[in-house]
Amino acid sequence: MSSELRYTANTQLEHLHARYTGTGHADLTKYEWLTHQHRDTLSSIVGHPSLMAFVAIADGVSLGRVKYEMTEKMLQPCGPPPKKDDD
Amino acid sequence: MHLYNLTLQPPTAITQAIVGNFSGVRQQEIIASHGTRLELLRPDPQTGKVATILSTDVFGSIRSLAAFRLTGGTKDYAIVGSDSGRIIILDYDPKTSSFVKLHQETFGKSGARRIVPGQYLAVDPKGRSVMVSAMEKSKLVYILNRDTAANLTISSPLEAHKNGAIIHHIVGLDVGFENPTFAALEVDYTESDQDPTGEAFKNAEKMLTYYELDLGLNHVVRKWSEATDPRANLLLQVPGGQSASSKRFDGPSGVLVCCEDHIIYRHMDAPQHRVPIPRRKHPLDNRDRGMLIVSAVMHKMKGAFFFLVQNEDGDLFKVTIEHEDEEVKSLKIKYFDTVPVASSLCILKSGFLFVASEFSNHYFYQFQKLGDDDDEPEFSSTSYRSFGMADPTAPLPHEYFRPRPLENLALADEIEALDPILDSRVLNILPNSDTPQIFAACGRGSRSSLRTLRHGLEVEESVSSDLPGIPNAVWTTKKKEDDAYDSYIILSFVNGTLVLSIGETIEEVQDTGFLSSARTLAVQQIGTDALLQVHPEGIRHVLANGHVTEWKAPSGKSIVNATTNKRQVVVALSSAELVYFELDLEGQLNEYQDRKAMGSTVLALSIAEVPEGRQRTPFLAVGCEDQTVRVISLDPESTLETISLQALTAPPSSICIAEMLDASINKSQPTLFVNIGLQNGVLLRTVLDPTNGQLTDTRTRFLGTRPVKLIRVQIQRNPAILALSSRSWLNYTHQNLMYFTPLIFESFDFAWSFSAELSPEGLIGITGSTLRIFQIPKLGTQLKQDSIPLSYTPRKFIAHGNYFYLVEGDHRVLGEDAAEKRLTELRQQGKKIDQEVIDLPVEVFGRPKAPAGTWGSAIRIIDPVKAETVAYIPLDSNEAAFSLAVVPFSVRGGEPHLVVGTAADTTVSPRSCSSGFLRTYKFTDEGKGLELLHKTETDDVPLALLAFQGRLAAGVGKALRLYDIGKKKLLRKVENKTFVSPIITLSTQGSRIIVGEMQESVSFVAYKAPENRLLVFADDSQSRWVSALTMVDYNTIAIGDRFGNIIVNRLDPKESEQVDEDPTGAGILHEKGILMGAPHKTKMIAHFHVGDLITSIHKVAMVAGGREILLYTGLHGTVGILVPFVSKEDVDFISTLEQHLRTEQSSLVGRDQLSWRGYYTPVKAVVDGDLCETFARLPGPKQSAIAGELDRTVGEVLKKLEQLRVTTSGF
Repeated sequence: MSSELRYTANTQLEHLHARYTGTGHADLTKYEWLTHQHRDTLSSIVGHPSLMAFVAIADGVSLGRVKYEMTEKMLQPCGPPPKKDDD
Repeated sequence: MHLYNLTLQPPTAITQAIVGNFSGVRQQEIIASHGTRLELLRPDPQTGKVATILSTDVFGSIRSLAAFRLTGGTKDYAIVGSDSGRIIILDYDPKTSSFVKLHQETFGKSGARRIVPGQYLAVDPKGRSVMVSAMEKSKLVYILNRDTAANLTISSPLEAHKNGAIIHHIVGLDVGFENPTFAALEVDYTESDQDPTGEAFKNAEKMLTYYELDLGLNHVVRKWSEATDPRANLLLQVPGGQSASSKRFDGPSGVLVCCEDHIIYRHMDAPQHRVPIPRRKHPLDNRDRGMLIVSAVMHKMKGAFFFLVQNEDGDLFKVTIEHEDEEVKSLKIKYFDTVPVASSLCILKSGFLFVASEFSNHYFYQFQKLGDDDDEPEFSSTSYRSFGMADPTAPLPHEYFRPRPLENLALADEIEALDPILDSRVLNILPNSDTPQIFAACGRGSRSSLRTLRHGLEVEESVSSDLPGIPNAVWTTKKKEDDAYDSYIILSFVNGTLVLSIGETIEEVQDTGFLSSARTLAVQQIGTDALLQVHPEGIRHVLANGHVTEWKAPSGKSIVNATTNKRQVVVALSSAELVYFELDLEGQLNEYQDRKAMGSTVLALSIAEVPEGRQRTPFLAVGCEDQTVRVISLDPESTLETISLQALTAPPSSICIAEMLDASINKSQPTLFVNIGLQNGVLLRTVLDPTNGQLTDTRTRFLGTRPVKLIRVQIQRNPAILALSSRSWLNYTHQNLMYFTPLIFESFDFAWSFSAELSPEGLIGITGSTLRIFQIPKLGTQLKQDSIPLSYTPRKFIAHGNYFYLVEGDHRVLGEDAAEKRLTELRQQGKKIDQEVIDLPVEVFGRPKAPAGTWGSAIRIIDPVKAETVAYIPLDSNEAAFSLAVVPFSVRGGEPHLVVGTAADTTVSPRSCSSGFLRTYKFTDEGKGLELLHKTETDDVPLALLAFQGRLAAGVGKALRLYDIGKKKLLRKVENKTFVSPIITLSTQGSRIIVGEMQESVSFVAYKAPENRLLVFADDSQSRWVSALTMVDYNTIAIGDRFGNIIVNRLDPKESEQVDEDPTGAGILHEKGILMGAPHKTKMIAHFHVGDLITSIHKVAMVAGGREILLYTGLHGTVGILVPFVSKEDVDFISTLEQHLRTEQSSLVGRDQLSWRGYYTPVKAVVDGDLCETFARLPGPKQSAIAGELDRTVGEVLKKLEQLRVTTSGF
């Protein structure tokens, strides 16, 4: 979908994007996409008890620590965003 | 292929536990979530034991639990946050002993998603509203209320969303009866997402935000938001509000913010108080390590409250707040005790602490004291400047405590838990066992164990004594009907009878009125106060005054068999006649005028107990030598008339009629079962129709190789049946369902109930000439566990010869040697070492923690039969073992060697190591010892090893290699480096190696010896995160993945043949790949979501002579099986049943069963047996309706389900 369509013909879609965080669109940058992916994964690990236990056992830390570190990592999972071009 | 999935051992890990008065009575109960199951536990305050009342599969993943009570109510309800996208309110109904779904409100998509609420729950302490929150952004508030009929109501949701906010925790604030307020710990990422310099990320603030629900306006407002410590992770509710009667404030209200190393008291417009989390005064403690609070509980008592918080090491701290009305004077913290690290802590009003461990067994402690007046140092916020908040960014100085054994708590009960199961083997190596045992490597860290799991009930022997001869039977009897305990033990020998009286000691008595010169056939306490003995020559009726009336058998005939109850006696004569006696109202035993000729020797007789309020039981079952069982009427209208007849396949050896409750047949009343034991060791169980005396619904079970003996006993005041053959079995009712489980004990020749003051619920049995008194303590368990303790988390183990070889290792701990070395260093530096702290048991206190990249690891040799460690070889220089294999190297004449894959300085994330090693050991002392031959360096961690055609196949990082043994090293012969992710499992058949990768599913590799090539010729079309793998046959593999799926993949046999026929592999080499992979693809033929991370799969037969099945273990302690169906009809029948149950049984968390079992990929060719088995719990009319749709009777459906379970697993 072109960005033109997104902003003019389909304002409802914009609303939906705002509502459903993590939904992709045509102008998504690689960084944004990756950040979404990582945040989804991290929250999924926290949300599935057995996955969290798996990470905790592998790393030799407590479940509470895994939960905390994973949630903490969600803030910026892929480092700072790339510098924007000036154009 | 079509499979039937059955869980043998449900998950044991408790992810969360809540406490409340769920039954609505004074006693408190605990609801525990096992991830996919809900369990109601009832602790007994008198004995301190915890009993499971109810355990139910929810067919969904439970992520959060909360208990709440409406204002003025007496009953607690449970709110469940799950992956169903719904909020669920559950009510426990004590009458039916089940959870009832009161409300189910949909708010979002299913699945554990980032922005769909369900991860966190917070309840207003007055039970007026609940907040349910997601990991990010979404928070919904529901108002809870009562309607005019006092039913619980729930409002539509109110949104308290905040875009771009990551939520760490939420909690309900205690504000008394003001508007309900919730506190949330949030971080906003919108700015850091926009700032390329990273400055915004560094300055990102963690906000403590109050959301107030305005009950008048029906609206949620953000009331207050302020930055708090950036390393905060947990919020705790602080009591507040005025108590209605005294106008006193219960507490200052607000929250405790638990951060790394600190705990802060916070409230709107109130000064903050901060205390450090004390650290262990341990010489090896890593001082730079941050300390988190991982679980906590607040407890309110009359006029006071305190918190117990637990850090990552398991140390409990008591936190108290001193306050004057709403003003906080000080925040104090002191060391309390050390218990295993918990996922949840629950304090009960009766003075108990339930510790739901994050791994392994759960514990139930009793408070001895509250740590009020001891000399433990207490740290108060008042001893720091500005209550510790002078500079919030700078940490407070470290404070220390000295760890010590339990002082304030005492262990009351322990609940065995298998989780985490990290590896398993299924073997039959224990002597005297005809079914295989499951050996599971369980646990984490210093609480690890290797457990032997055997199907059966644990037997606890209390007395065992040798007798002068070999008795053939034993009975116990009371003297009077209303005696509490048994008075006599009667032992029958070939030519005599011995009577023992039970008192302070057990001794022989003579004057009981029993005939001692003949063997005994039956003993009964009859009428109100008389005793009865049946012997071959007659019947002795011993009255209370000592007077004996005797009925003599007709001359030339003797009594061969007898059955009795409180009012009736039936004996069979050697002339194949039956004589019937009944007790009249004067207590006289009267013979019925006629005798019944059976025409064939009577081998077994049985009558049931007299039903309550009745004169007699109307049925007699007679087993004759002509291989029949007849039901004969004892009704006065038709006495001794034959009602029905059942033909048998072998002569009967024993019959037992018992009235037992089985909710799958009849929910309200006990069912009359006729159990028939045959001489060939088979047991038939039929249902006796009480109206017409017909025998229906026959189920068979093979018990053992000896003729079956059946004995009616009392277990926990309920009737049960002991079935004795070469194994002893117990048939009993537990949680309203019937179980049939073997006893793990020596086989018995005879047994009977035994009730004395010391053992009110016991049994007495004879084996040979030994008399044993025993109890069965844990009804309802299917697997008996015996454990061998380990030092570190087990990683993998293998069986070779008579021993198990196990590698264990732990990340971030100091191994024994390293710790010793550090201590010596410290001693040399002249530091004083507190030896008592060093000597604290590691099982409780854990090993000293170390930074990432430090490992403690060892190789262990275990004798599984003797259940002991034979040898223990610790690894030095920070090496950790990850894999092992026994390889018979062909260049050494096939002499087996143990190869252990290790790596030094390994870090888990990112995956790295300074060097990997393949350690080659020679077996010494018949396998009891190991001798290191050499160490071969590798460039990556060897995670998978396998013996392959007299050489070693190793998955070293992403490379698959073949090694041969050399003098100083293993010699690399061939390598394939086309794999994308690390290799974690290897299997082989013929010249084929199956390679399981960490992230990229499974590849088939052919080894072409002439060209010395390893060629990948087939792989999977999907990428799977493989965690376990087994070969089902040459072309078929079963895979378990990290997300809880089990997949069966098959390679086309034609393609497989084609590859095998190509001698050099040139064909494969030049074939074009598909989908950027191998030229051939496997086809998925079955797929199923179990809901637990699969750690091992085995293809085994669980029953002697039974079919081979797939047995899997899960990280949360699940043990389950996948059974292949044998016929198309079975598939159709069971799938249709499953379909009906899907519509009938809605999940307790509101998850659609079909979408749960198809979590990641739609279910394929697997029937959910756990769902099918809920058929037994359905109400009668629904059962009949479903059975009707299937053109079967309810009995037939139940029989089919039981048959599927019993014939394949024996459970």
